Amino acid sequence: MPNGHALRAVPVGADEHALNLLVEGVHCANCIARIERTLGAREDVTEARVNFSTRRLYVRWRGEADAARVIVDTVEGLGYGAIPFDPEILASQGSEESKALLRAMGVAGFAAANVMLLSISVWAGLWSDMDASTRDFLHWLSALIALPAIAYSGRPFFRSALAALRGGHTNMDVPISLAVILAATVSLIETIGGGVHAYFDASITLLFFLLVGRYLDLRARAEARRSAERLLLLRATSALVETENGSVSYVAVEDLVPGMIVRVAPGERFPVDGEITRGQTEIDASLVTGESLPQAAARGVSVFAGTMNLIASVAVSVGRIGDDTLLAEIVRLIEDAEQGRARFVRLADRVARWYAPAVHILAAATFAGWVLFSFVGWQVALLHAVAVLIITCPCALGLAVPVVQVVASGRLLKRGILLRSGDALERLAAVDTIVFDKTGTLTMGRAVLTNGDEISDADRTVAMQLAAASQHPLSRAVLRAFGAGRPPADAREVPGCGVTATIDGSTWRLGRRGWCGAADRPVMGRGSELWLSRDGVPVAGFTFDDDVRPDAARTVDTLMARGFQVELLSGDRREVVDRIGEALGISQRRGGVSPTEKVARLRELEANGRHVLMVGDGLNDAPALAAAYASMSPAAAADVSQIQADLVFQGDLLAPVATALEVGRRANRLTMQNIGLAIVYNAIAVPFAMAGFVTPLVAAVAMSSSSLLVTTNALRLKREYADGGK
Amino acid sequence: MNIIAILIPVALLLGGLGLAGFIWSIRSGQYDDLEGAARRILIDEEPDEELLDVSQEK
Repeated sequence: MPNGHALRAVPVGADEHALNLLVEGVHCANCIARIERTLGAREDVTEARVNFSTRRLYVRWRGEADAARVIVDTVEGLGYGAIPFDPEILASQGSEESKALLRAMGVAGFAAANVMLLSISVWAGLWSDMDASTRDFLHWLSALIALPAIAYSGRPFFRSALAALRGGHTNMDVPISLAVILAATVSLIETIGGGVHAYFDASITLLFFLLVGRYLDLRARAEARRSAERLLLLRATSALVETENGSVSYVAVEDLVPGMIVRVAPGERFPVDGEITRGQTEIDASLVTGESLPQAAARGVSVFAGTMNLIASVAVSVGRIGDDTLLAEIVRLIEDAEQGRARFVRLADRVARWYAPAVHILAAATFAGWVLFSFVGWQVALLHAVAVLIITCPCALGLAVPVVQVVASGRLLKRGILLRSGDALERLAAVDTIVFDKTGTLTMGRAVLTNGDEISDADRTVAMQLAAASQHPLSRAVLRAFGAGRPPADAREVPGCGVTATIDGSTWRLGRRGWCGAADRPVMGRGSELWLSRDGVPVAGFTFDDDVRPDAARTVDTLMARGFQVELLSGDRREVVDRIGEALGISQRRGGVSPTEKVARLRELEANGRHVLMVGDGLNDAPALAAAYASMSPAAAADVSQIQADLVFQGDLLAPVATALEVGRRANRLTMQNIGLAIVYNAIAVPFAMAGFVTPLVAAVAMSSSSLLVTTNALRLKREYADGGK
Repeated sequence: MNIIAILIPVALLLGGLGLAGFIWSIRSGQYDDLEGAARRILIDEEPDEELLDVSQEK
């Protein structure tokens, strides 16, 4: 029988098949080695390669497509999630684009290094005895290297500038292209005429640095795109469909139609939105609601694609499929929100908006002035104009922002905070409102046993043994509290009820209240509970709760004292939200909020002129994280949420939120100073260039010293922290 | 000054070699998984049984 995974295997060559898998849970070198070695040890596998950056696995084997099932099972048996995907669907254009940029960068780097070498000889020749013919020869050589390299490496900028001009607007690539082309052309004219002023080095070096920046930017964006792709892949790829005569067969998810009955085994994700028609189970719906504790589900209960079936096989009648599912809706929300954020204009770009025209006007004025009011001829006038273009080359300005970012992100990293997007610091500095999610953000996001002290040692030993036989989240919480026991030989998990086993001649049960004969006992605690019974008589009850992060109250107090407006938005039940909000002193709170409503609330705050920092972890928070002005996630969050967040923080404390906001403010102050310095530099240098006093050597010295100045200023961020550590 | 007639071609040749190497490394997919390479260095080689025997004899 063909199986679901075989549908994704593609034939390679005459007798081989290959499968592309997304693997979840690969964290370190050991993970790579375990997967590759285990697969490689199989006779039929000819290649198994993990790509750690993209968390993808490529496997190739001899034989039929059916072996795909065994491959997937092998990887899952090692404890990793494995989802086959069709590489055709996940566009790989990003990697082509990045390779083209890398090649352009390599060529520009090669040319820049060699031309600079020649330029230094020319500069040295200004003082020594270099004659005109040698200088001309070196200029010609520079031209020979620089011109083809500029034509090749400059294409990304030229193309973008052309597209912008055709569309009737302008972008930063227009002045860049203009400066590079003009400088190269004028230098060529100078060289032909045997003149002194050739700027090949300036134009090719500028191109090289700009290409480096562009490549780094592309890599960051590719990562964001991969996150959306991964989310879509949470959808199952195939489903086990029951036909009317009771037989079952695998069908690709795209071929499902509403009304079909699909069977979902424990540990699988629901492939569609639908309703349970047979069976009883528990569902991990954290994907949709953010609720960390499993929920019971029986006939008639609605389930959503992407949520996990935990303990028993159920049949589901297909309701909505593909793009109509709630999961697809979440993906759409994220995409919409990302487009919204793309409208945010970085400080550097805002400066560029008036900087570029100003430079052009100054250069044009220089040319016109020299032609009209002097007798030097148009060639020299053009040369002075180009000197203006080059000396204002946005080196200092281009460095002003990124250098501060590098220093600040290094600072944050030491405190366990990872800065994920370049302009996040700028946005953090403007934040005035903080919205927290509850589960996993203010709380630790996992069940914790709360009455461990009340359980007798004998009961504790039995509970440890029984819990060791179950994968249920509450059982695992018992093990975390007491330590792992040795599961009894006849331990058996009863779907929807609990675990049962015979120990020392008595039948013990660990599970639901009713199943353990405790239906008439008083309700304990506020969260979930488990009961332990011996031969049908309840002997102990366990209560669980989701623990608040140890410093949550202190951090919330600090933030409020600093003047931030703090709000709590949670998908969890209202009572729970009220209790946590009460404990932490957050008066603005809402429970039972859907992902769409979260985004709506953020939009509302935005409309009131607030700049919101969203702190959340669940997949249900992902759209809100993407929609907020700035966002943070704990490192334990779902992959997708982490990638939507601007910052990711590690550890059990909430304090990093306050730290990040503080660093953001300081960094922004330094950025402003740096831009100020760059402007002062230009105010001094440009008049000299306009007056025609700038030789290539002066330009080189001026540009380097201005760059040094802004870099040194940015490093102060490091020192301030070393001293005060505020 | 005749020396530059030799030195410049040498400089260009060396630079060109570097460039060719860089382009080769892009072609052969060495930039496809930048994080993976940093982790793979931590993977221990499979213990070689012959070598193991020798070391135990000592």
